[in-house]
Amino acid sequence: MIPTPDLSHLAREDYQHVYEPAEDTFILLDALEQDAEELQKMKPSICLEIGPGSGCVSSFVGSIVGASASLYLSCDINSRACHCTKRTGDQNKIPLEPINSSLAGPLALRLRRAVDVLLFNPPYVPTHANEAGDAQCGADIAGSWAGGADGMQVTNVLLEQVDELLSPVGRFYLVAVKQNDVPGICQRMTREYGFRCEVTLQRRAGGEHLFVIRISR
Amino acid sequence: MVRLITHNLLACHAKGCTSNNFPLQFKDIQVELREAEFNSDFLRGFLPRIEWAALVDASRQLGDTSLPAEQPEMLDDDFLQKLHHVLLEIHVEEGAMICPNCHHVYPISNGIPNMLLAEHEIG
Ligand SMILES: C[S@@+](CC[C@H](N)C(=O)[O-])C[C@H]1O[C@@H](n2cnc3c(N)ncnc32)[C@H](O)[C@@H]1O
Ligand SMILES: [Zn+2]
Repeated sequence: MIPTPDLSHLAREDYQHVYEPAEDTFILLDALEQDAEELQKMKPSICLEIGPGSGCVSSFVGSIVGASASLYLSCDINSRACHCTKRTGDQNKIPLEPINSSLAGPLALRLRRAVDVLLFNPPYVPTHANEAGDAQCGADIAGSWAGGADGMQVTNVLLEQVDELLSPVGRFYLVAVKQNDVPGICQRMTREYGFRCEVTLQRRAGGEHLFVIRISR
Repeated sequence: MVRLITHNLLACHAKGCTSNNFPLQFKDIQVELREAEFNSDFLRGFLPRIEWAALVDASRQLGDTSLPAEQPEMLDDDFLQKLHHVLLEIHVEEGAMICPNCHHVYPISNGIPNMLLAEHEIG
């Protein structure tokens, strides 16, 4: 059993602006725990989480792989999320390195095919495109869920960058819901890039049908 | 915490800024030193990802002159200890990073780099 990260330093005020871990977070933790042995064996040099929010997931990966065994980068548009991520790293003795940016923007040049573990629990809730656009600009709590058409507005941008980011042995864990069209995501990634896509976990929770898709070369 | 390992991976990504956009130059910075756990396997594995000249230049900007100008072929313990310190134990807490090409300023506050771009700057 890998212990769930200690988040006792985060308070209600933090969660007014930063996503509080919920069922979608926990399904990702469970999917990672299921793969813990493989993740340890592959000895990742670089783990990159997009949208770390509280920092819960990156901290969990750090305790699977080892605090000093990898570099734990994360990029969130929400500056408060970056601060929470940093504090969660300190609290759990995992050196998390949050960067305030949209997706992997400033890392893309240097991380070309270098990311061993890529993670994204995205804003996946279907909304009006304007609502998602405003939420991205606002970089506050709405940015954690507002996903535009099919809930895929933000995820689609990252899907186009995965081929550039993932190392030869790399794997990408993506959280999705039914409305995101999981078979469609898998078909597209397989057809366009030759990736292997597998749903490694799925469950119904709190009115959502949640999936974790693992994408690898 | 902008450590030099992270600085070595950040480039300017403003619209149209596609050459000479790495490494970012430090300005008005405050650093803190914090001990990190030494892991030689990690360092050996990470070395091929490093742009050596950029790392040496950045460490000198921060007043650390322990790294040789050329990356040594022999990775002895003395060298790995120095590399460990430079990459992982120097934390830039405040200041800014500036693009050598377009001069975009990326502020660092409380150890977090603000790499966000305004809408018209996104490529
Ligand atoms: C559903 S929350 C997940 C938070 C955390 N990873 C978890 O599982 O609990 C989505 C996160 O993605 C961030 N986010 C949304 N759009 C983003 C973008 N374009 N680039 C980086 N992060 C983004 C949000 O600020 C939020 O922290
Ligand atoms: Zn620039």
